[in-house]
Amino acid sequence: MTENNNNTLPLEYSTEQGQMSIVGFWIFVAAEVALFATLFATYAVLFGRTADSPEAMELFQPGIALTMTFILLTSSFTCGLAIHSMREGSLKGLMIFLFITLALGLTFLGFEIYEFVHYASEGATLQSSAYWSGFFILTGTHGVHVTLGIGWMIAILIQLKQRGLTAVTNRKVFILGLYWHFLDVVWIFIFTGVYLIGMVV
Amino acid sequence: MAKNNKNYPINHIVGFALSIILTIVAAWTALSSGLPTMWIIIAIMVLAVIQAGIQLFMFMHITESGATNAPWNMIIHSAVIASIVIAGSLFTMSFGFTHDHGGGDHEGGSAPGEEEQQDTEHDGHEGH
Amino acid sequence: MQLDEFFVTGEPLIYAGMVAIAVVSAAIVFLLTYFKKWKWLWQEWLTTVDHKKIGVMYILVALAMIFRAGVDALMMRLQLAFPDMNFLNSQHYNEVFTTHGTIMIFFVAMPFLIGLMNVVVPLQIGARDFAFPYVNALSFWSLFFGAMLFNISFVIGGAPDTGWTNYAPQAGAVLNPGPGINFYLLGLQLSGIGTLATGINLMVTILRMRAPGITLFKMPIFSWSTLITSFIIVFAFPILTVALALMTVDRIFGSHFFTLAGEGLPMMWANLFWLWGHPEVYIVILPAFGIFSEIIATFARKQLFGYKTMVWAIILIAGLSFVVWVHHFFTMGAGAFVNSIFSITTMAIAVPTGVKIFNWLATLYKSKIIFPVPMLWSLAFIPSFTIGGVTGVMLGMAAADYQYHNTYFLVSHFHYVLIPGTVFASFAGLVFWYPKLFGHKLNEKIGKWAFWLFLIGFHVCFFPQYFLGLDGMARRVFTVGPEWFTLNFISTVGAFTMGLGFMVFVFGVIYSFRYSTRDLPGDDWQYGRTLEWATPTPVPKYNFATLPENVRTHDTLIDMKEDGETTFDEKKLESIHMPSYTGQPFIMMAILFFASFALVFEWITLAVIGLIATIVMMFIRSFDYDEGYHIEVDELRENERRARGLDDDRE
Repeated sequence: MTENNNNTLPLEYSTEQGQMSIVGFWIFVAAEVALFATLFATYAVLFGRTADSPEAMELFQPGIALTMTFILLTSSFTCGLAIHSMREGSLKGLMIFLFITLALGLTFLGFEIYEFVHYASEGATLQSSAYWSGFFILTGTHGVHVTLGIGWMIAILIQLKQRGLTAVTNRKVFILGLYWHFLDVVWIFIFTGVYLIGMVV
Repeated sequence: MAKNNKNYPINHIVGFALSIILTIVAAWTALSSGLPTMWIIIAIMVLAVIQAGIQLFMFMHITESGATNAPWNMIIHSAVIASIVIAGSLFTMSFGFTHDHGGGDHEGGSAPGEEEQQDTEHDGHEGH
Repeated sequence: MQLDEFFVTGEPLIYAGMVAIAVVSAAIVFLLTYFKKWKWLWQEWLTTVDHKKIGVMYILVALAMIFRAGVDALMMRLQLAFPDMNFLNSQHYNEVFTTHGTIMIFFVAMPFLIGLMNVVVPLQIGARDFAFPYVNALSFWSLFFGAMLFNISFVIGGAPDTGWTNYAPQAGAVLNPGPGINFYLLGLQLSGIGTLATGINLMVTILRMRAPGITLFKMPIFSWSTLITSFIIVFAFPILTVALALMTVDRIFGSHFFTLAGEGLPMMWANLFWLWGHPEVYIVILPAFGIFSEIIATFARKQLFGYKTMVWAIILIAGLSFVVWVHHFFTMGAGAFVNSIFSITTMAIAVPTGVKIFNWLATLYKSKIIFPVPMLWSLAFIPSFTIGGVTGVMLGMAAADYQYHNTYFLVSHFHYVLIPGTVFASFAGLVFWYPKLFGHKLNEKIGKWAFWLFLIGFHVCFFPQYFLGLDGMARRVFTVGPEWFTLNFISTVGAFTMGLGFMVFVFGVIYSFRYSTRDLPGDDWQYGRTLEWATPTPVPKYNFATLPENVRTHDTLIDMKEDGETTFDEKKLESIHMPSYTGQPFIMMAILFFASFALVFEWITLAVIGLIATIVMMFIRSFDYDEGYHIEVDELRENERRARGLDDDRE
């Protein structure tokens, strides 16, 4: 299943080091799956242990969770388009789509911060109960990952500006893309496992 | 999944459309379908897994030849580990306990309350 | 904060420790200055990215830590030697068994094995370095600074005192305020980063950098065990990362994961800890199996019996290791059904392990065994480890476990698997591969003395503890009654014999450094079977001038010897790309060390500054496009000819 019509590999796979970095990052993603799985497990085990603080169902709102999901899904889409442009050899397209992704990521973070502040004002904070500890650490860890991804994206945009499309920069963009899509996958599970189930049960 | 039209990212567009649709279906199932809670949970988890698969195959190029077969191998194993960690923790930490929920409004898995779902879910496959 | 809160005060033993630390540090600084070695230290070691040098540093850290945790062990045995001893008080005893366990697992077993993997695996698979040499250096420094952070706890701030398992709620902020537990949490967190990175690094190295022709099933068994170990590391260490992070947040930021208040669930700590902890047991035992397999085949001078079965047994053990964790807390009260499931999975592990034992025996059967030191350690391993394994099955039976739980029976069991398994393997591997690390062999006679003292000491020390456990002596008690005197005293004698054995071993290292011959062939034991013995001794920094080809079986070198081949083919020489040395890993981890240290004392601002500095370092790294350098053909040719004793005008 090659992306190109001819038999050559995309630029990011063109060097041995590039291929190894990509394989290494996939293994890292697998480790991240284990990390988030542990956080999900903790959240699930502590589900409902709200002590004196509000329960999940009282605070979760479908609107904001859906909005955040759509923002992140769209950013994942634009990130995919960025990789696509890169493989077409379009530096401009790549940078434009990365900028859009960056903007969407920031918007997502804005919503998340608003949400956290709102919950805190309703009396649900990291310190209020086991359940809310689990909630804030799970979603917060995802948020921290998004923040790091944004910083990373800025670093790579600068490098793209400096160096253009090379085997090294393409590899970096591709790996960043993997990371960003992975964060989207995690969010899908947070949306389903935390917000939807939290609003149902 | 070989692309004929080089300039048109059809995979991405289909993937994006599918994700949006699946998200809406999941939200609808959870909030307004009126199914029993157990079925809602199963349905939306299945939808989430499908959506994750879409990301992996359509956006992350998991089967791309340049990276050999390490990626999908690792991802499959990570999914197995994730299920062990989550299901195993719930299994170990729920079974045999009564969740004392502060107010003491229910005991074990028999009374109404928000743990009921989890308890029945687990009692289900422990078969006692 | 007052100075007397910062430093631990009031214990004569700890004052002695402080003086020792001050004296040793001053001596090191003096020696480095006197011999003008600072530049050498920085250029050759602190900035190195060479896998062999990093491996050597790992092993040095491990040896230093064996000394530290070994002294802890001897202090405990001294306290238990006679009824109602007053050598250590209860608090100090708690701290000592905590640091003993934690250091032995994290800073002895792990770095020792990872050090051996560092040196040997690239050589075995015909690679020139790790896939990511920079990351490899980063991993080492993260381990080093993690170990430092954990170790300073006994003079600064106070050592952790809740056992190496660090159970909540005892380890929570309410029952255990102060920096002690924070040292545990952050020290392990810091070193855990490196372990995960090493796991990924080794996996990519093994998957992508094998020399042409070495398929996975033609790979030496030690490399196989490393691959599977890395796999376990990748999936298990994130669980520990999360568990440690959650307890850190609990303690410092007031969340309620493992607390008694706020409906927290202290047993969730045990659950998460052992979800990582059981795979961890196999992380430290599978490489040991690999080492023994190599050594037994080498000195039995016979092909390893059932190579494929061995590989599949390792894979099966690795899989099972993820589904047995509950057997560490059968007595939690999870109910008969939960316990039965995990009881069965636990006992199932005995099957692949048994297969491996029989394979080793079959390898020895009708072979021409010779008995150098590495082989002695390996042969001693088989029966000793079997005793540990069989008692493990006893503990695995959930109903019976209620009797054994938390007694010396358990203590004896895990020492019987970890010492003959991991420690014997580390010594055996170190002696075996010593020429590849340091360019000379260890003295055989001194090595044999060390071996016999250690082996006899080990059995004298731990065998009585099974009976103490069955008699009801609980672990972690700091005084014993007169009824347990005899067995405890015997055990203490054994412990000191082991200590003596270790000292003899260290003496052997120093003695051999001075007197051993440096002129060694590449195949230093003459019976080498795998590619690491195809390199010259000492190993050149590029490992293989030309990569091996024509690999037919997993005993590559045996085939080559039969055909009269070497890996070196002068006609195929090409310039070799090498990574540049860099100080970044050292600096980055030093910064992270200070950030963690600040967090231990809950100086949040300082910790945040440290974290930001670390991120800045990552940025700098991202913009660093250093491409390394090349070693040219002329230099290679000259080097290899000299190392292999080839004639200069041979063409």
